[in-house]
Order: sequence, then structure tokens, then C-alpha cells
Amino acid sequence: MSAAVNNNVENHDDHHHHKETFITKWVFSQDHKMIAKQYFVTGVLVMGVIGVLMSLLFRIQLAWPEESFSVFEIFLGDRWAPDGVMDPNIYLALVTIHGTIMVFFVLTAGLSGTFSNLLIPLQIGARDMASGFLNMIAYWLFFISSVIMVASLFVEAGPAAAGWTIYPPLSALPQTQPGSGAGMTLWLVSMAFFIASSLLGSLNYIVTVLNLRTKGMTMFRLPLTIWAFFVTAIIGVISFPVLLSAALLLIMDRSFGTSFFLSDIFVQGEVLHYQGGSPVLFEHLFWFLGHPEVYIVLLPALGITSEIIATNSRKPIFGYRAMVASILAIAFLSTIVWGHHMFVTGMNPFLGSVFTFTTLLIAIPSAVKAFNYIATLWKGNLQLNPAMLFSIGLVSTFITGGLTGIILGDSALDINVHDTYFVVAHFHLVMGISALYGLFAGVYHWFPKLYGRMMNKTLGYVHFWITAIGAYGIFFPMHFIGMAGLPRRYYTNTAFPYFDDLADINVLITVFALITGLAQLIFLYNFIHSMYFGKKAEKNPWKSNTMEWTAPVEHIHGNWPGKIPEVYRWAYDYSKPGKKEDFVPQTTPIAKGEKITEH
Amino acid sequence: MTVLLSIIAVTLLAISVWQITKIFEISNLGAKKDDSQVASEKDNDLQGKLMFAFLVFIYLVTIYSFVSYTKVLLPESASEHGYTYDTLLIISFIIIFIVQTVTQALLHYFAYKYRGINGRKASFITHNNKLELVWTVIPAIVLFALILYGMTTWSDIMNFDEDEDALVVELYAQQWNWKARYAGDDNVLGDANVRFLNDFDGRNSVGIDSSDPNGLDDVVVTQEFHLPVDRKVIFKIRSQDVLHSAYMPHFRAQMNCVPGMITEFSFTPTTTTADMRLNPDVVAKVNRINKIRYDNSQELIAKGEEPLEPYQFDYLLLCAKICGASHYNMQMKIVVESEKDFNKWLNEQKTFSEVIQ
Repeated sequence: MSAAVNNNVENHDDHHHHKETFITKWVFSQDHKMIAKQYFVTGVLVMGVIGVLMSLLFRIQLAWPEESFSVFEIFLGDRWAPDGVMDPNIYLALVTIHGTIMVFFVLTAGLSGTFSNLLIPLQIGARDMASGFLNMIAYWLFFISSVIMVASLFVEAGPAAAGWTIYPPLSALPQTQPGSGAGMTLWLVSMAFFIASSLLGSLNYIVTVLNLRTKGMTMFRLPLTIWAFFVTAIIGVISFPVLLSAALLLIMDRSFGTSFFLSDIFVQGEVLHYQGGSPVLFEHLFWFLGHPEVYIVLLPALGITSEIIATNSRKPIFGYRAMVASILAIAFLSTIVWGHHMFVTGMNPFLGSVFTFTTLLIAIPSAVKAFNYIATLWKGNLQLNPAMLFSIGLVSTFITGGLTGIILGDSALDINVHDTYFVVAHFHLVMGISALYGLFAGVYHWFPKLYGRMMNKTLGYVHFWITAIGAYGIFFPMHFIGMAGLPRRYYTNTAFPYFDDLADINVLITVFALITGLAQLIFLYNFIHSMYFGKKAEKNPWKSNTMEWTAPVEHIHGNWPGKIPEVYRWAYDYSKPGKKEDFVPQTTPIAKGEKITEH
Repeated sequence: MTVLLSIIAVTLLAISVWQITKIFEISNLGAKKDDSQVASEKDNDLQGKLMFAFLVFIYLVTIYSFVSYTKVLLPESASEHGYTYDTLLIISFIIIFIVQTVTQALLHYFAYKYRGINGRKASFITHNNKLELVWTVIPAIVLFALILYGMTTWSDIMNFDEDEDALVVELYAQQWNWKARYAGDDNVLGDANVRFLNDFDGRNSVGIDSSDPNGLDDVVVTQEFHLPVDRKVIFKIRSQDVLHSAYMPHFRAQMNCVPGMITEFSFTPTTTTADMRLNPDVVAKVNRINKIRYDNSQELIAKGEEPLEPYQFDYLLLCAKICGASHYNMQMKIVVESEKDFNKWLNEQKTFSEVIQ
């Protein structure tokens, strides 16, 4: 196998003439660049479209709960939307699968899978991942997981509908809702595959970053993208197995009569035999992954943003070491804050205080990151490419969404906004929209590396501005309906006349959601069109310092013909005094008399 | 109809996208044909200005939301700890606003101010330890203050004493309704378990253990429960099937209902239902709601359906934890009244021993 020798700095060509067939090139490829594309197509283009479409369906329901819509009948069928009226059970299923798909399939696999795979070998100067074979297996496990999740949409009793957090007993007992039957089983099986995929992927990323850096690429010369991917992989390896254990225990409770999470239950006139378990235990296990998951989603987006903001500001990233330190601090703290999802679950109030403390601490490294981004823009020479706009947009939504975390992370204040739309608004801005912006920024920036062509910038600008206005239009007013006391996951608000005056706001949010959702078609069109007809890319279109831009535009196996270039400096020597150009690639040797940048 | 509307919407959107694209293109006229797809100086100029405009947009959205949506928020608290809660909330919001206004301004203003010009070189600034120390320490101090304040408030709310004269009420959740149980004259709730739910032909609706003498004088009510004003209430919360969450927003109170365990929450109601109905914010809200309901009723009547009942304000107990199909309609009315009226109402209810006879 080539993996064992793939990082020699020697000439790569001489041992690389194995034949590629259609299958090994396009399907069971072990090339990280191809696998990156596969993740993108599966995670973002397929699963992403399904996830967004679902949100549009339930937004329509929330805005006009009394109306019937033929679009419901088209997508949900006669069974779930007879005469175009949505069934409450399928509403909950849509909410559940939307959350699952967006968090795991789009923003974990789609985002990390695409960019960790594409960039780790290219930015550290490696021929490929440490194990191309494991990498391929990781993708195919993810593929199987996606197929199962999509298949679960078609089971007779409907897909899982207990919320993406699948709290038992609701998720454990098919008697309590139809979605907890076969749909839930498939959900759990799909997630088991997903976790296996994520673990294999993460291990590969960690090993690759630690072992396959090219000569001169010290840890403190790594671009921040790599730091973010590296730390994300570590968090994933620590926390995903805990979700797997929760899922396995839940499968036991569901199918083998154990009582890990169940006790004293009476459903449909019958006392069930479960004794001694606790749903709160499940919540602990779930959120031990669930909270780090937020950072698994967000850190790669922040890493991408760091790189794009520095490149397009033509300026070193401000406070490189502080950025690395805050990534590490966020990663560490993220594993000890999970209890802030559980302040009102009946957990001991003292624990509530502890988790409030750790949670608000995490605001400090987050604030440092935000300030450092702003300081990077300061006195720059900003090249406002679409990728740059999405990166600035990310900082904006990260701040707006992050700040309300001060309220939700404070156990006392959480009492009255817990499980209301305030939470929905908060996490959509801070992790949903922010991470999506990171994803879009990454695609616009590295499209030339993915497909050797440029995306259309004008369409990129249009896409950004509609999305940016839409995101605030959707989620800003949503805080208010939450603070008005409206709980989330209500199929309709009409059962409570008290909420009648929120109807207008719901219509407004839905209109923004529809516009923003449709605007993503611009991106899809731009993406697919540019794949085939985009302008051919130059080798280094953004005049960037990082190593991926020294590789040829055409993808070749092993990334660089001949030797892998050596690295002599950090990734952020932009506009360095004494240099003619406003960028100095990492592979440029230190000139005579040039001072090495202290950072 | 929907199809038609959707087609129109899509068409309009497509047209607007096309128009915006045109605007961007026209703004680039005169420049020599540049198809590099990398931002030109003109792009930087336009996008930088748009960034500034976006800052204005964020401020306008904020101002608009506060001006027109503040009225939909919850009225002043109807419980004692709620006042502390609201103060802490307002302080947190003030901090949020200051930080939000300043950081968004810096971010978007810099994006505008430093928009790229060909040939200009950015300043080579890698880091500044003093500056970084400042923006680490200041948030740290502010957050520590907030943490301390939040922790004391939290511990005051959650660590309540089991006073002798506190009223003990059980909230009982099931798919998809609420029941409340009063402890009766002894103010001690009888033991209960879901195993007893099928006793007495289902009349034992919250599963009271009939062999426990404390339970015989217990009173179980449905649809609505009453609380005396200015007396501390300790809620013992149960669920018989799945997780629910007892959410009483007007009292700033929420606690999950967990099958297999009894959770607790406590508050002291300070305002009777009658007084709250006179609160100007509530009056305005009820009027708004009734206007909406009146308009909707006109449409219903035109269709030959029943009009909507006019709305009157009541405190609510809602379910805030996803619990299945009718999660959205799991409600119970709460009536806060004088101790005298409360006792009168409670005495009219049947005790457990009367129910199982």
C-alpha cells in the first residue's frame, strides 16, 4: 500500500504507477481529494437539501396552521397530509429529522468530512491521509448511515419523531408515538454507522496531522484550519463513543427489556415492567456528546474563517497563539459544560451552579476569537470575495448568537426560556448559521482546489446578501416569541389563544425562511454550473500562503509531482515589510537578512 | 391556489435575483472585462459599502423588533422570585446590547473602512499582548460578576425550605393532559405509584396508594388548579409515561416531569388572576388578541363555521418538553386567588376517599 511510504519527501512518481479503474477512481477511491468531494455531495448536496426542505415544510405549517397546502400532500403523501393538512406526528418527525440531518450529516460529516479531507494533507504537505483505506471505509460507513436515515423516512409508522435529542421514554416506547417504532430503530442504526464513520475519520485526521507534516511544518506553523480540524477530531474521538453507548443502551431498553432509562411507566392502560432506570441518565450521556458536538460543528467553520479572513485581509491573523490557545480552551471546556442543557431536568441544583460556571467560562475564549477576527480586519486591505463575506458574516452571527448564550448558560435565567423558541433562535444563529457560513466560505474559497475552476463571484455575492438578510430576518424575531413564553416543537400555537398575537411574527419568519431557502438554489446552480463551465482556475487565485496552492491545479495522486515542498515559515506572512508581493508562501525560504516573524 | 402562489413566489424571486445580478454587473461596467472571478477593486468598494449598510440593517432590525415586539413579551412576574429573575434578565440584556452594538459596529465598519484598494499594503500586525490581555480580562470580569449574580439567584430559587405552612401541590403529567393533587388537611401527599393507576376501575387517576392514610384526604383536580396568593407553594412533579416539562411562564417557573422520580419547584404567587387581568400590559395584550380573534371569527362565520370564543387572560401551565402528537395542546389553567376563595374552592372538590367509595 502506498500509505506507508506516502510521506517521503523523495520523488513520488517512481513508485506510483498502479492503474486506476473507474471504480477505484470514482467510487471506492482512497484519494483524500476524491473522498472530500464524496462527502460534500452526500452530506451537503443530498442530505442538506433534504434537511432544508423539511424546515421549509414545518415553517409553512407554523405560519399558516389552519390552511391546507398541496405541497404537504406532494412531499408527505396522503398518509401524513390528508387533504393537505399536516399530521402532528409527521410535524414532530420533520423537526426531528431536520435537526438530525443538519447537525450530524450536513454540519459534521458534510463540513468536517469535506474540508478535513481536502485540506489536512494539502496544507500540511502530505501525499494523502495516513490511511487512505480507513478514510475510504469512513466515507462508505457515512454513506450507509445516510442511506439508512433516508430509508427511515419511508417506514410505515413514520420516521423518528422524539426530537433530535431522542430522549427516552418517548423514543423508547412505540406505544407513546408512532415514530418510536421502526423509524426510531433505523435512526439508531443509522447513527451507529455514523459514529463508526466519524471515529475512523477522526483517528485518521489526528494521526495524519501528528505524523505526516512535511519538513519544516512545525505545529506552530500549521494554518489555523488544521489546528481547528485537529482539535475537532480529538473532541469527536472523546465524545462520540459516549453517544454510541447511549444508543446501545437505548436499543437494549427498546428491544431486550432492560431498564437503563425507564422506570414506573404506565401507557395505554398498562403498567410496564421497567423498574429503576432514569431518563436523566440518558440526558447526561446524550449531552456529553451533544454539547461537544456544537464545537465539532463550529470549530472547523472557525478554522476555515481564520484562514479566509487572514488571506483576504492580506494581513497576518491577529494573535495566532491566542487563537490556538482559545481553540484548545474551547475544546477542553466543551467537555465539561453539558449539564447546561439539563438545568431543569431535576438534576441536583448544585450541579446547575457548577455547569453555569464552566459554561460562562467558555464565553472568554469565544470572545477572544471574535475580537481577534475583528483585529485582523483592522488596517487590512480587504479583498471582499464571496468567501470573505461569508467569513465576516460568520463572525457577525457568531457574536449575535453567542451573546444570548449568556442568558441560556445562566441556570437561573434558563428556567423561563428553556425549551422555548429563544433556544431555537440562539443555537441556529450561533452554530447553525455560523457553521453554514463557514461551509459556504470554504466552498467559495477552495472550489478551485476541489474542481480546478472558479465559482461565479456575482452569484456568490447575491447568495450571500439574500442569506445574510434572511438569517437575521428569520432568527432575530424568533427570540421574541421565545421570550413571550412559546415552547418549541409545538405543531400549532392555536391551542393557546394567549399566543394568538404571535401569529404575525410566525408568518414573517416563514416568509424570510422561504426566501432564504430558495436563495440556496443560487448556490446549487453556481456550484454545479461552475463544476463544468466555471473559469479555469489559476494555481493560487487568492494569492494565499498555505501549501495547498503550491500543488498543481489538476488533481494528481500524491498531490505534488516530485518532492513535497519544504516549509520555512508560518502561514501568515501577508504584507510583510520588505517584500515586494503582499504574500509569502510558506514554502518560500527565509531570504538573507529577513527576520523570521515572531508570532 | 398554493401551487399558483408558489410559482409566483419563485418567479418573483428569480426575477429579483436576476435584477440584483444585473446591478452588480452594471456597477462593474467601464472596468475592463475581468472574468477572473476574484474580487476587483470595484467589487471591494461595493461590497464594503454594503457591509456598512448591513450594519445599519442589523441596527434597524434590532430597533424594529424591540419597538414592535416588546408588547408580546410576558407581563411582569406574578411570583416573588420572578422579580429577581427579571432584574437579572434585564442586566444581562443590557450587557448583551452594549457588546453587540460595539462589536458589530467594529466588524462591519472595518469591513467597509479597509475595503481593498489596488496597490495598498496592509499593516503587518501579528499580535499585541497588551490588547489581547485587555479583551480577555474585561470579559472575564464581567462574566464572573454575572456568574456570581446568577448563582445566588439560582440557589435562592432552587434551595427552598420545606416550610410548615407552604402549600404542597403535586403536578401530574401524562400524554396529553395535566392533573394537580392537593395534600388535603394533613398537607402531606399520600404515597403514589403508577402501579395503582388501574385500581378502583381507573378512578385512581394519579395512582395514590390507598393503603397510605395520608392519601385519603388528597384532592385531585383536572382542567384547572387554584393557588392562594402570597403563600409559598411547593410543587412535587411527576409523570406517568414520557418526559414532560411543567412550564408556568408567568411565574418564571419550569421543571421537567420525569417518570420514575419526583422533581420539585417552588414559588410564591404575588398577583391574583383578577389583579393580573387589570395589568395594563395584559389588558393591551388581551385587546390585541381579541381583535385578531374577532377578525378570524368573521372569516369563519363567512365560511359558515363557529366563531371563536373571546379570550380572557388566565395563568397557564404548559408542556415544554416534546412528548408526542398533542404536545402542543397540553394545558391547564391556573387560578390565583385569595386564601379564602382558595379554601372555599378546595372544599368543594372531592377527596380521594370520596372518589373511591
